[in-house]
Amino acid sequence: MAALLSARGVVKHFSVESGGFFRRTKTPLRAVDGVDLSVEQGETLGLVGESGCGKSTLGRVLIRLMPATAGYVEFEGQDILRLTAPELRRARRGMQIVFQDPFGSLNPRMSVEETVMEPLLIHGSRRGPDSRAAVASMLDMVGLPASALQRFPHEFSGGQRQRIGIARALILRPKLVVLDEPVSALDVSVQAQIVNLLSDLQAELGLTYVFIAHDLGVVKHISTRVAVMYLGKVVEVGEKRALYAAPKHPYTQALLASVPVTHPSLRRRGGRARLAGDIPTALAPPPGCRFHTRCPLAQDICRQQEPVMRAAGPDHQAACHLLPG
Amino acid sequence: MSLLEVDSLTTAFQTGSGQVTAVEDISFTLNKGEILGIVGESGSGKSVTALAIMGLLPKPPAKILGGQIRFDGQNLLSLPDRAMQRLRGPGIAMVFQEPMTSLNPVFTIGDQIIETIRAHENVSPRESFARAVEMLARVGIPSPDKRMSDYPHQLSGGQRQRVMLAIALVCRPKVLIADEPTTALDVTIQAQILDLLMDLRDELGMAIMLITHNMGVIAETADRVMVMYAGRVVEQADVGTLFDQPRHPYTRGLLSCVPTLDQDQDRLIAIPGSLPEPARRPPGCRFSSRCPLAVAACSEAMPLLESVTPGHAAACIRIKEGV
Repeated sequence: MAALLSARGVVKHFSVESGGFFRRTKTPLRAVDGVDLSVEQGETLGLVGESGCGKSTLGRVLIRLMPATAGYVEFEGQDILRLTAPELRRARRGMQIVFQDPFGSLNPRMSVEETVMEPLLIHGSRRGPDSRAAVASMLDMVGLPASALQRFPHEFSGGQRQRIGIARALILRPKLVVLDEPVSALDVSVQAQIVNLLSDLQAELGLTYVFIAHDLGVVKHISTRVAVMYLGKVVEVGEKRALYAAPKHPYTQALLASVPVTHPSLRRRGGRARLAGDIPTALAPPPGCRFHTRCPLAQDICRQQEPVMRAAGPDHQAACHLLPG
Repeated sequence: MSLLEVDSLTTAFQTGSGQVTAVEDISFTLNKGEILGIVGESGSGKSVTALAIMGLLPKPPAKILGGQIRFDGQNLLSLPDRAMQRLRGPGIAMVFQEPMTSLNPVFTIGDQIIETIRAHENVSPRESFARAVEMLARVGIPSPDKRMSDYPHQLSGGQRQRVMLAIALVCRPKVLIADEPTTALDVTIQAQILDLLMDLRDELGMAIMLITHNMGVIAETADRVMVMYAGRVVEQADVGTLFDQPRHPYTRGLLSCVPTLDQDQDRLIAIPGSLPEPARRPPGCRFSSRCPLAVAACSEAMPLLESVTPGHAAACIRIKEGV
């Protein structure tokens, strides 16, 4: 399989004002700070990490919804980050996004038909019978009745709104879809429906997903490979079963150990390593390995040198000084 | 006698389209040192139950239509406001889901903890300061004496939730109601807060009513569990029984629809449909419109919560048929 999208050295800094009123200075907030990543054709790459780790920012930079500060993102042989506006518009057909908030991401004044048709019109289709038929068949595909066409977002539940958001993203038949926390705002009994729908659509349309979420269970279920982020860096990436069964990076280990048990008989109270403290600020990430301030295994080298990604098994890499070999 | 007893509580809200019930005929007890998990999704009535116990339901539009809430022998629903106010804190305290909006942004966290102490106890400023510092240390805030003069925006989400816990616990309540205390937090922080809650329970012997939609949080902490759906209790059991032998189709659905780390399946077992809005609940059993086992009789009458085995009850007419 070939990489549909590959990113090298992607950096995204936001400029944040700090200091007092008279001594205002600009400090870069290092949301994404040097990420290499590739997404294979037809796979789902899960992107996990705690809030503030930069996973959503990375998702947006990968499809240039946000300009990057530095780096390369290659999608179908084009360097996305250096396209001109008309080139970018053409490339956008191939890459779409579904947002987390099914309430905020739909225009309340547009009917479902207008919402789902809008991408077609932007990309040159005409408002005619063909477009209408395309919208109707798309709605059917995401499991919404034809009666939904003329209704407005407020008439739908959260799960149904997310279906509308998915229809809007898929109407252009993109190759790559970034799913930014697509189920975390939904009730748990509805999440499974949307996850199943996403799997079905992927098989049917041959889609490639970047699935961003903080829920490690959902990510494990839907992903082919998983990348774990911490403070703007990818610290571990690998085939999902290998990564979940034998996580190599101490952060991934701690993250997995924090997930609540699935049965009361498995309670390990007191018997497990808890990660102490909070994630440090991205305004001043710790030197060396960024995780060393919370890492139970940290040594001198971790405080001084930044670890690089190393092979930790077949299709499995981690950035930790303490990896054997 | 139980510490807290809720008996046939029914509350309603006046809305534009008439009166709708938020919780119906809810009964449960909470004993000293016990963690009762209340599970439900949006609209299940779990938060309304908590607010009714705290006497914090806005009336109007809310209205208590019936039932009793007894705490330490007195009926809270007939307690005057002043007496209820004295009870909140040393009697029953509550932590809310949103650590961002539940703290006052213009007062230091020290002031907010001290305010709580001085509202209930006649202690000197010096002593209340010392107790606030001690409480902050107890909930795991590093260098608590320095943090006393911090404002909420200077703290992370997890630390704010610890401060909320400190405020709730500083008067040593007998009952703590925690409404989705970890929902807004990352898993690593969630694990810290749940550990802390259980330590404090062991140490102070308080009872905890833990409201959540996350079955993992229940598996990790609860002694007994009550499952709510659309304003009614559908199942009640001790935690082991509930996970081993869930009887209500909704409980079974909740347990199987969430992908967990120890499973590997191609498809998730989804519950079809979505939660009914209060005004559009189906007749009879409220889960009938989404239930894989529903038969015609399910929409005819509201199923009653009936005992399956001692300590385990479920509200489903099909259990008797052995489904």
